[in-house]
Amino acid sequence: LSTYTSTTDADRAAMLAAIGVSSVGELFDRQIPEPVRLRRALKLPSGLPEQEVYAHLRELATRNVSSEEELCFLGAGMYDHYVPALIDMLMERSEFLTPYTPYQPEISQGGLQVMFEYQTAISELTALPVANASVYDGPSAVASAAYLAKLHNGRGRIVASAGLHPHTLQTLRTYAHGYGAEVIEVPLLDGRTDLAAWAEAVDAQTSAAIFAQPNFYGAVEDARALSAAAKGRADPVVIAQVDPIVLGILAAPGECGVDVAVGEGQPLGNRLDYGGPSFGFFAAREEYLRRMPGRIAGETRDVDGRRGFVLTLQTREQHIRREKATSNICTSQALNALGGVVYLAWLGRRGIVELGELLLARTHYARETLVGLEGVEQLHRQPAIREFALRLSGPDGGAPLDVAAVKRRCAERGVNPGADLHALTGREADRGGLLVALTERRDRADIDRLAEVLGDAVAAERGSEGAARSPSGRPEQAVPA
Amino acid sequence: MSAAAGAAVSAEQPQEESVLTVFERGAPGRRAFQCPALDVPAVDPAEALGELRRAAPPRLPELSEPEIVRHYVRLSKRNFDLDSGFYPLGSCTMKHNPRLHERVAALPGHARLHPLQDPARSQGALELMWNLQGALGEIAGLPHVCLQPSAGSHGELAGVLLTRAYHEDRGEIRHKVLAPDTSHGTNPATVTMAGLQVVKLATNPDGGIDLDDLRAKADADVACLMLTNPNTLGVFDPNIEEIARIVHGVGATLYYDGANLNAVMGISRPGDMGFDIVHFNLHKSFTQPHGGGGPGSGPIAVSERIAPYLPVPVIVRREEGDGEGSANGATPAPRFDLDYDRARSIGRLRGFQGNYGCFVRAYAYICSLGAEGLRDASETAVLNANYLLARLREHDVGEGRTAGDLLPLAYGELCMHEFVLSGGPMKRELQIKTLDLAKRLLDFGYHPPTVYFPLLVEEALMVEPTETETKETLDGFAEAIAAILREAAADPEIARGAPYTTPVRRLDEVAAAKQPVIRQALD
Repeated sequence: LSTYTSTTDADRAAMLAAIGVSSVGELFDRQIPEPVRLRRALKLPSGLPEQEVYAHLRELATRNVSSEEELCFLGAGMYDHYVPALIDMLMERSEFLTPYTPYQPEISQGGLQVMFEYQTAISELTALPVANASVYDGPSAVASAAYLAKLHNGRGRIVASAGLHPHTLQTLRTYAHGYGAEVIEVPLLDGRTDLAAWAEAVDAQTSAAIFAQPNFYGAVEDARALSAAAKGRADPVVIAQVDPIVLGILAAPGECGVDVAVGEGQPLGNRLDYGGPSFGFFAAREEYLRRMPGRIAGETRDVDGRRGFVLTLQTREQHIRREKATSNICTSQALNALGGVVYLAWLGRRGIVELGELLLARTHYARETLVGLEGVEQLHRQPAIREFALRLSGPDGGAPLDVAAVKRRCAERGVNPGADLHALTGREADRGGLLVALTERRDRADIDRLAEVLGDAVAAERGSEGAARSPSGRPEQAVPA
Repeated sequence: MSAAAGAAVSAEQPQEESVLTVFERGAPGRRAFQCPALDVPAVDPAEALGELRRAAPPRLPELSEPEIVRHYVRLSKRNFDLDSGFYPLGSCTMKHNPRLHERVAALPGHARLHPLQDPARSQGALELMWNLQGALGEIAGLPHVCLQPSAGSHGELAGVLLTRAYHEDRGEIRHKVLAPDTSHGTNPATVTMAGLQVVKLATNPDGGIDLDDLRAKADADVACLMLTNPNTLGVFDPNIEEIARIVHGVGATLYYDGANLNAVMGISRPGDMGFDIVHFNLHKSFTQPHGGGGPGSGPIAVSERIAPYLPVPVIVRREEGDGEGSANGATPAPRFDLDYDRARSIGRLRGFQGNYGCFVRAYAYICSLGAEGLRDASETAVLNANYLLARLREHDVGEGRTAGDLLPLAYGELCMHEFVLSGGPMKRELQIKTLDLAKRLLDFGYHPPTVYFPLLVEEALMVEPTETETKETLDGFAEAIAAILREAAADPEIARGAPYTTPVRRLDEVAAAKQPVIRQALD
């Protein structure tokens, strides 16, 4: 029996004597009413020794095809970037791994300073003056930012670009239904937010106007025009969900009139982990500081005048303000944010630009190479930096191909060509859509291999077209609007 | 500072180099990252992006790898952590984090698995999640589990939104959520975010819910009662069945805040107590390391009537040989799959499937312990808490008083897995506050208990030792508390000035909030 406890029979006897009870059972008998006691064993397997648990977990792992085992061009929110070894080492250090939230600053200076450094790095990346110490993830960060907007201006309409990640739109709707806001989706025009429709949608009741940069389809949005158009109408809080990895070369939200920039931090030194844990980042203009969710570390001095850091502005938070708090968030993603700031230090001032340029060049090369294939065309003509959308179509009249079937053919040859757009968005226009992502781990030879395998798969699927059938994608978007 | 502080007080420390931030280190031109060679035609960002090219790149630091490693390793040494010492932080369940869990979570098949990998090619992950759901459901005594929420408060949000959806689906709009005055701050904060209003319930002299107050406030406008049981006073509410009857009697749901689940695993189940919705904290009861403030994971378990509203996607298992096959009939459907087609779902709460890395660790823990081990963990947690309480009560602190006289148990006689002491008598008789006691504990090498919570206990001190601590550790901690009380009886200034031996001493939190400096100024 392994419970990671140390209590011997002799210990237990001495402890029970000190308490003045005859058995451990008595402690429960005297406190829990009999009708709600569980008078049987939990129906769970018996415990196992460490080596057997390892073997079981390892066996489960072998039944997953990881990005180590195939040529992976999947992105759509999480990306197979290289995670430097020093991050593993630092994230596994007991001193970072095992403490709780730093409620006692005198013995938590390491973690608090990491938060301060992280906030500085996020503030620099986004060109916005204030950042918190992390939220859960990208989609929930957007929903939290919209809540901040509602607290700020009290309005009840959220204008959201259809270029947001479908998980973001769904999360936003879930939260907004709670805090009583309506979500209006603005359509895309050739892969970008339709600027005229966007401007039209923003009115005096609009609390927040939200877009993604680059958007879900990989298109670089005209962020300045979107911000200006929204601001010109009714002064909503302009929120952008941004991919942090390209901010070395792409205009920062703060340079584009954005009020609140949030996003998924996974590309910054966090592993894929089948979707989490990673972290969400949250940055804003100064005027929103006191409505921000989550922990914020601040610099101060101790009684001897030494530099130190504390959790600050806690009067925003749930443990102080309770029902009047600006958010309910408590535990967030501190360890993952540590990975983020270490990654940014590792990448460095030049590296973030070089990496952005490399991704841009390889994305262009991949897009041009793939679009040259028979039955493969681009879904939009907008600039792309690290991800782009394709449409795979059949020979007669260009009916969309079954992307799932194409992906299965590629998988047999060890290639994962990207994400099935229609399966994610459920949008008719996305049938046949494939979203292809690049990281620095996918070089020219990998891209050429993708072209070969995808080309063959599309050709084979076009060849097998004929038997009348419809694509089998199961739309993920089952959430009522 | 008094000389009586003795050996626990170190000499004044010099300004350490380690206080520099990463932005204050390094030098122009230094680097750690080596960019892969450009193996495709170059693209000019100015041409590709036009006006959307970034004008001034972010001013990130410039350091070599050795500098980065040394900087962060030095910073790490300015943290106290669970692997170094006792961490009896109430309501946080700081139990040992087995290293096996880090090893299995890091296996490439788990750690390098893309969340959009086809279900047919992520069967191991889906089976793990299925098994974990089953185990959590059995522990909670509720049949349906969703792993998606990222932390306890996220699970609470899911729970209140589920309650709303349940009522709305029945054509009822209810506005109020009842929560005791002892509840975690996340409970009322969540209720507000979910668009409902909190109504506070009073606590009775035994530390449970005041039933008369509950009866008076329970009406058809109540959507839900949120409860922690055992509650934040360490008291298992003896009236839980009557509470459930009253709440269900007005058509409301009962929500279980699982922060204190470590007291009752395999001993009493929320579902059997009448709860409809439960959240778990995998970073408390199930050993996910807390990481200095996350990651966490807050799965929820629900009853049949709440199940239709669960977040998407839902994991489904097809029986063997039940694969329908895809449209072209070539590929059988996978055994474990993700189902998005749930018309009454509240939707998503975040991206992808949740904090899978936390699921791996929690599942490894449950596999290690099994049914018996989980029960033993809770039994030992409750034993340890009661033993520590008993030791404190008996410790002589001079002048005919015991530590228990100065720090009496706020409610009850026994406790569950944690207990709440009141520092009121200590404050009056020794002129030191709970905060001073907590800060002085730092000099003795302990993380202090949770302080000033719950709010209705004067000078509260909430102690949760967990099951993974030895008797010797508990003895040592009780002795340290007694030593501090004896010391304060002689000279309260020592505790009031504490700590002395930590990397920094008491920090000016007022100045930090008044003139916030929350990022580094860069040139």
